[in-house]
Amino acid sequence: MMNKKKTVLAHLPINKKAIITELHGGGHFNRRMCAVGLRKGQTVETISKQPFMGPLTIQVGKCKMTIGRGMAHKIYVEMI
Amino acid sequence: MIKKIVLMGNPNVGKSVVFSRLTGANVISSNYPGTTVDFSKGNMLLEGKKIEIIDAPGTYSLEPANKAEEVASNMIKDADMIINVVDSTNMERNLLLTLELLEKDIPVIIVLNLWDEARHLGISIDEKKLEKMLGVPVVPTVALTGEGIKELVSRLKEAKSPKKIKPTSEEGRWIEIGHIIKKVEKVEHRHHTLRDRISDLTIKPLTGLPIAIGIIFFAFWIVRLIGENLINYIFEPLFENIYRPIITNVGNLLGEGFFYNFLISQTYGEINFVESLGMLTTGIYVPIAMVLPYIIAFYFMLSLLEDTGYLPRLATLVDNIFHKLGMHGYGIIPVFLGLGCNVPGMLATRSLETRKQRLIATTLISISVPCLAQTSLVFAMFSDDKIKNSLEYPPIIYILMVFSTLILVYFIAGFILNKFIKGQSPEIFLEIPSYRIPHFKTLIKKTWMRIKWFTKDALPWMFFGVFIINILYSIGIIDFLAKIFKPIMTGLFALPGETSIVLISGFLRKDLAVGTLLSFKEGTFDPMQLVIIATMLTMFFPCIATFAVMIKELGLKDMIKAALIMISAATIVGIVLRLVLIGV
Repeated sequence: MMNKKKTVLAHLPINKKAIITELHGGGHFNRRMCAVGLRKGQTVETISKQPFMGPLTIQVGKCKMTIGRGMAHKIYVEMI
Repeated sequence: MIKKIVLMGNPNVGKSVVFSRLTGANVISSNYPGTTVDFSKGNMLLEGKKIEIIDAPGTYSLEPANKAEEVASNMIKDADMIINVVDSTNMERNLLLTLELLEKDIPVIIVLNLWDEARHLGISIDEKKLEKMLGVPVVPTVALTGEGIKELVSRLKEAKSPKKIKPTSEEGRWIEIGHIIKKVEKVEHRHHTLRDRISDLTIKPLTGLPIAIGIIFFAFWIVRLIGENLINYIFEPLFENIYRPIITNVGNLLGEGFFYNFLISQTYGEINFVESLGMLTTGIYVPIAMVLPYIIAFYFMLSLLEDTGYLPRLATLVDNIFHKLGMHGYGIIPVFLGLGCNVPGMLATRSLETRKQRLIATTLISISVPCLAQTSLVFAMFSDDKIKNSLEYPPIIYILMVFSTLILVYFIAGFILNKFIKGQSPEIFLEIPSYRIPHFKTLIKKTWMRIKWFTKDALPWMFFGVFIINILYSIGIIDFLAKIFKPIMTGLFALPGETSIVLISGFLRKDLAVGTLLSFKEGTFDPMQLVIIATMLTMFFPCIATFAVMIKELGLKDMIKAALIMISAATIVGIVLRLVLIGV
């Protein structure tokens, strides 16, 4: 069943919060994302998106980071 | 016996600041990830015994993702003890590395740095409980101000390898971390502060880009303003009023002849600090009175940008453009450092993940990022009395011709290299630190360190360079080279044969090259030729110091590639400029 609230981080509107539900990269990607703080169950918020498929700036906890749009497509989230 | 302590932690948690506090040694620290790309060593005394402290680059885990992180994970192999620096504002994520370290059989002590910042953000951590749970000492610190460092030193001997942390899987570690966080950390919700709002404005494209352009222009304007005033009101008067009489007397003592030519001037009785090509005149005046003032201004401004935490935001804004050049947004940070001196610029490329990115980044810096030594001399050149008279337009027009060509070359060359160099250009991942008001003392100290490095490096090379040029002159090689290269220089670029000497001395130091250029008699070069030479001087080949670092960073094979790219790019641009500015 597809829920409307389910999406990928790349499609999360600006200033919206969501919970990470799954990481869909390879093993290396998933481990890397976990290491930098993007893990299942964490709450993320989008701060900005650069135009022309540029990177996203997001906030996890008190930490802000910029990640590529491609990476953000591999991170599945559920909007709150 | 503890002999070697290694500082480990995530990027941008303040390891280098802790290191400076412990050892008193000076290392550069900034408010963005990736400032430390290599390890630095220092010593501290603990109960009368000398202990080596090593500052490693930041890493998120012991599984490295780039060259700098590799350096870090190799560091722990021969460590007797690890000081794990943890960012208190981000404890959860930092604890992964902590657990990985605790699983090794090495004594660990934990530093909860940025303690003030955590409190400010509404985060409270029960460090006593954390200590109990992990089984190793935990010390809260504010390394920037030195708070907590004394306690850290006094508790170093309590560091241990806890028996209760057993090696486990990645999954197991995260469960453990969740468990710990729940017990020791409380986060109070805080509303958006002014700082958050500024942070948002500078990273959102609509407001961020105009702000970025404003900041960059403002920064360069300030550098010029400070630099020019230092020259006009301090350095120039000092040299004219104090140094000139001394040198004139020394010259009189030496009398006409070989030594006079070498030390003071090619022509007896005539002392021109820039053009005389004496070791005590040009060799000192150019680096100290012409370049150093700009170095002071530039590094003050750069340090300010670094310590506020602005640079990662700029990297985010330019990420898109830099992808077209085969890198990602972080690529702008080496460019900024390279504008001061190409050597630290090259080193900063280590934070890029792949060989392709690093090869492109280093090659582009060597082709089209002029170091400050060269930039300040190009500025000086077009306002030199000898040259000023022959200018048709105001000096700034010629200077703009040089720099806009270089910027254009950066983009075109990057675009082409991206098409032809095989390999991956992964996406950006960059932490955006909170804005911080620079700590004034740290800022001044950092600027001072960089100035010291410049003088330590510049003076010997300049001396050596002037010496070599003098020898070449006195045995007639200069004229010989000018004749030999005349067909190439004139044929391709419509430049006099003497240009070859300028380009060759550029290999020693770029500012020496401009000094050499100015030493030729009036009318040797016309203004458009000077534009071409100044541009080619940047592109043609790096100075010897940069060259050495490039070989080390790229390896011989890629260095040869880079060198071929540089020479062909310089040749093409030289010909194009000739056709545009001078004609066939």
